Amino acid sequence: MRQLGNVFNKGKCLISFVTAGDPDLETTRSLVLALEEAGVDIIELGVPFSDPQADGPVIQAAGQRALKAGTTLSKVLDLARNLKGDVKAPLVLMGYYNPIMSYGEERFALDAAEAGISGVIVPDLPFDEGEDFYSTLDRQGVDGILMLTPNTEERRLIETGRRGRGFVYCVSLLGITGQESGFHEQMGEYIARVRKHVSIPLALGFGIEGPERAARVASIVDGVVVGSAIVRLVEKFGHDRKELENNVKPFVTSLKNAITI
Amino acid sequence: MSRKGYYGRFGGRFVPETLFPALEELDKAYDELSCDQAFQKELKELLSKYCGRPSPLYFAERLTEYLGGARIYLKREDLNPTGAHKINNALGQALIALRLGKKRIIAETGAGQHGVATATAAARFGLECHVFMGEEDMRRQALNVDRMRLLGTEVVPVLSGSRTLKDATNEAIRHWVAHVEDTHYIIGSVVGPHPYPAMVRDFQRIIGDETKEQMYEAEGRLPDLLVACVGGGSNSIGLFHPFIGDPSVRMIGVEAAGKGIETGEHAATLTAGRIGVLHGSRSYLLQDEEGQIIEAYSISAGLDYPGVGPEHSAYMESGRVEYTSVTDREALEAFSLLSKLEGIIPALESSHAIAQVLKTAPGLPKDCLVVINLSGRGDKDMNSVRPYLLEGVEA
Repeated sequence: MRQLGNVFNKGKCLISFVTAGDPDLETTRSLVLALEEAGVDIIELGVPFSDPQADGPVIQAAGQRALKAGTTLSKVLDLARNLKGDVKAPLVLMGYYNPIMSYGEERFALDAAEAGISGVIVPDLPFDEGEDFYSTLDRQGVDGILMLTPNTEERRLIETGRRGRGFVYCVSLLGITGQESGFHEQMGEYIARVRKHVSIPLALGFGIEGPERAARVASIVDGVVVGSAIVRLVEKFGHDRKELENNVKPFVTSLKNAITI
Repeated sequence: MSRKGYYGRFGGRFVPETLFPALEELDKAYDELSCDQAFQKELKELLSKYCGRPSPLYFAERLTEYLGGARIYLKREDLNPTGAHKINNALGQALIALRLGKKRIIAETGAGQHGVATATAAARFGLECHVFMGEEDMRRQALNVDRMRLLGTEVVPVLSGSRTLKDATNEAIRHWVAHVEDTHYIIGSVVGPHPYPAMVRDFQRIIGDETKEQMYEAEGRLPDLLVACVGGGSNSIGLFHPFIGDPSVRMIGVEAAGKGIETGEHAATLTAGRIGVLHGSRSYLLQDEEGQIIEAYSISAGLDYPGVGPEHSAYMESGRVEYTSVTDREALEAFSLLSKLEGIIPALESSHAIAQVLKTAPGLPKDCLVVINLSGRGDKDMNSVRPYLLEGVEA
């Protein structure tokens, strides 16, 4: 745990998101291994939720498939525990607040730490509502990763700088995951404004659909998050693990090369 | 409220960071407008000239005789344009959108009542309007879809999740996140992140304010019992809120028990739910053991929501308001009975409140004053009730 900061010391960081349990947990397991092999530095495991407000159609559908397959928060934690010895890349859980609240905040923090989870992102739990939860995570050595958007006001940037752990997730646009239009125009100005108040690494996500766009933003941030583009491959090839691996690996490698050069 | 936007331990702002500037802007504008004389005057004019307010408080003589207990009054929100109390909020929020300089409005709708009210307000003020509606609901409520389109609104079909109200709400929130700079979201009930539960309540409290005045005129005193149905809870909060500080006034909120609480097919969130977070606030919710939201069910589409306003959760915990539930069948009986006894066809939603009074009133003293919020009219429900009426379910 507490490895997130260190990962960024090695250079530009590639972060990939996959919905856990889509189409089943075994496939997610082999996918995580393939992602790491292909060069991913941090792996976000999405915990499926019935009402994912910040997600576009691709990740919504992945969540539905995962729920249909019986995926629960406990099973995702089991998967992480099971991956612990085999994956070096830090694992981050990304999920909505209600399933965590239902599981119990304290119990979740303990179990996440024990399963080797390095960080947690809860898109619908801003720092002001999540004060208790984020300090509970902190006590267990799990990073509470906060999100920022292009329209976040200075007062909230300052608070995020003070409270954020691991890295700060900068959303690239006003919108939802997988949205390809509306990429924030003054990206440089946006990131510079964030840096004024946030000293931990910055990762940029939402709408980064391929190497070209990843390369364009990599120069100004410390990490790039790719989600929907990978989940789309799972949607297409998820029924066949070998086929999935054959398609995901070259894509991920191209992303990694794009941000490294 | 213990801290801003909270009712006891309920409420809050559980939303993606993108929405904070809009919620803060709205909160500030709303605080200012609540004490802005010109704004209040404009709204009052509109409610009087456009909606015909105040709505009557009508003494239901034959219903009173039939039940043989308390004196029963009906607050006639069914006489509003668009057929329900929803227009009170839609007009108020449209005025706010204008003050904020927003050119577009969006809304979610289940049965279409809030959608039609919003489309009406949008037409009245020349605002561009998009209403999100589950594909399944669009099929069930085709007439309301036509009404919204006639009013110049674009109805956006929602294909995600269960394709009903909660998914329409998710989609409206997603759309708002992406268009937050020029768009105002008119939420239809006392749910959502702060300031919505407070703002919608304040636009609906005119129901209770008028009732208080009208009851003084009719009987020279406060009512003894208020009864209203609870889905998200806007008509009930509207009636209850002005009486919260009057300890002699008893209040009952009636949820939809659908096919029976024990069948799992119901919408009785306060009766059978547990605390969680949905659509931006902490409140009671219908959810499974894993914290996934469960679809609500009721014959009445307006009560068919797996959440409930945070202020109601607080009133339940403090005991200030009693919450009960009524089944589809009981609501249908009440629907039929009020039609025959008073010549008033109530909405299926409001029929839940009537059904509760059918149970409670006979045991009350004859001088007890009861007000039922007749939140909407039942014309829209004729298709849903036809099979039951043919079956001979009526009282």
